[in-house]
Amino acid sequence: MKVFAPIVVVVILLAAIPVVVHSNVVLNFLVVALMVALAGQGWNILGGYGGQYSFGHAAFFGTGAYVTAVLQARYGINAWTAFMLGILGGAVVGAVIGTLSFRSGLRGSYFALVTLAFAEVLRIVASVAPITGAGVGTLVRLDLRLAALQFESRAAFYWVILTLVAVALIVTRIVERSRFGAWLIAIRENEDAAMALGVDTTAIKLGAMVMSAAITAAAGCFYTQYFLFVDSGIAYGTWISIEALLTPIIGGIGTLFGPLLGALAVRTLGELAQSITGDAPGLDLVVFGCVLVLVVWFLPRGLAGAVAGIAQRLRQTERVSTAREAGHG
Amino acid sequence: MAEPLLVVRNVSRYFGGLCAVNQVSLTVPEGCITALIGPNGAGKTTLFAMISGFLKPSGGIIQFRGEDVTGEPPYRLARRGIARTFQIVQPFAGLSVSDNIRIGAHLRHRSRDEAEKLANEVGREVNLGAILDRPADTLTIAGRKRLELARALATRPKLLLLDEVLAGLNPSEIREIVPLIRGLRDRGITVVMIEHVMQAVMSLADRIFVLAEGRIIAEGKPSQIATDLTVIEAYLGRGAAARLGAGHAR
Repeated sequence: MKVFAPIVVVVILLAAIPVVVHSNVVLNFLVVALMVALAGQGWNILGGYGGQYSFGHAAFFGTGAYVTAVLQARYGINAWTAFMLGILGGAVVGAVIGTLSFRSGLRGSYFALVTLAFAEVLRIVASVAPITGAGVGTLVRLDLRLAALQFESRAAFYWVILTLVAVALIVTRIVERSRFGAWLIAIRENEDAAMALGVDTTAIKLGAMVMSAAITAAAGCFYTQYFLFVDSGIAYGTWISIEALLTPIIGGIGTLFGPLLGALAVRTLGELAQSITGDAPGLDLVVFGCVLVLVVWFLPRGLAGAVAGIAQRLRQTERVSTAREAGHG
Repeated sequence: MAEPLLVVRNVSRYFGGLCAVNQVSLTVPEGCITALIGPNGAGKTTLFAMISGFLKPSGGIIQFRGEDVTGEPPYRLARRGIARTFQIVQPFAGLSVSDNIRIGAHLRHRSRDEAEKLANEVGREVNLGAILDRPADTLTIAGRKRLELARALATRPKLLLLDEVLAGLNPSEIREIVPLIRGLRDRGITVVMIEHVMQAVMSLADRIFVLAEGRIIAEGKPSQIATDLTVIEAYLGRGAAARLGAGHAR
């Protein structure tokens, strides 16, 4: 249980925020930040622990969002069921893309480009297919009931997305500690060596891809419930592919809390940039780009890595000073 | 004698028009150290890659414990009990020594604690006990070679393929690692080693195969190989044996 203690502490602290803060602007900001964090947590499983950099996690986010929206709007399926099926849909898309690309042995930038291509294909298909509402998009009917997974208060939505983030944190922690996770990290570090040690690299990567896709899809499902509208540019747009990979990289790639830290940092910067430049479109991306360069340059292990580094240095100086005191005594 | 652990029969491998390994056959009896020697480019590492599943043979059959395993992927061969080290060491650079070995240990142990216990045990066995917590990329060459060995051993192999584990080590480091390899055989692990350090080959190997230009040109006990004329010619050039003989006569 000790390994889950940090998660419990962080989640309890975050859960207390709406009790203190009542501003809708702040809560809205936090809800979106946590949603991006969740998408990033999905990316982090495959990219951070497995070293397989996807540029197309929009494929999973969008599938989650569309499945949740279309099932409710067109087929009248209950929101909770639709939400679950959205996660499942994302996982299936992950399995398909993963099978195709890993079976053919795609690595590194080739894998990244193929995922990007899949997301773009899905975006174009969604923008013309009748079932997704084509260019018009899909609206979910406003129905502020728990049964419809809609809430009047921002705080309730905040707790829902926080729960999802907490589940993803626990899943990540379990992966980290498991044999599956050890093998996944081995693949990231050296795929040939992993193979020689009996790791079925294709199967492990595929498993990570499915898990990763399901978590990012959950963020998409939540998007639909929160905004009650999706179109192809939102669901399968490159914005979410970028944010899903930017948050773990800035926060600390392959670390438990990296995506969460990164999402808060990236979203804060984005808001700041927009308020300063007065909503000039695309300027937040310029800011993200600069931050990415700075982080990769100065903090290659991200914010989480920097925090861990400082903690380690403090512990060392403490050890040195206690040793010195002992020496004096 | 018992049934051989590994049988390689008429195995070939082409890279385009180049024949790297040409109709090679060899058998490895259980519980022995077999050495594979030969000049650079003879096809030794290619042969290893085929036995461990990293390359598929263009032709021929590989049998392990009586079963045909030709063309099986490396992970499945590892589960059968074939482990290999790499000539160019391949550590998991970002992980600690202990975690590196643990990846190998996980092959037979699902639980993290058990794998960790085995990893630390194997680490101490190969004299990495003092530096188990160090990141693998801070190790010296000798340390990395030991780590390769430890990782392979942690998979609990029946057949261990060592690709030049002694290359790049100084004489005192070689003296330390030689008894370690002999100890593996005494524990029942069958070893096949590619090696250029002749002093070690001669003292370790029960049987030697000599590969040159993709073919087996000689096999036998170390003492036989050392005086084999075709072997001398393969290393020193045609006519070398005759010239050496003449030199002795004079």
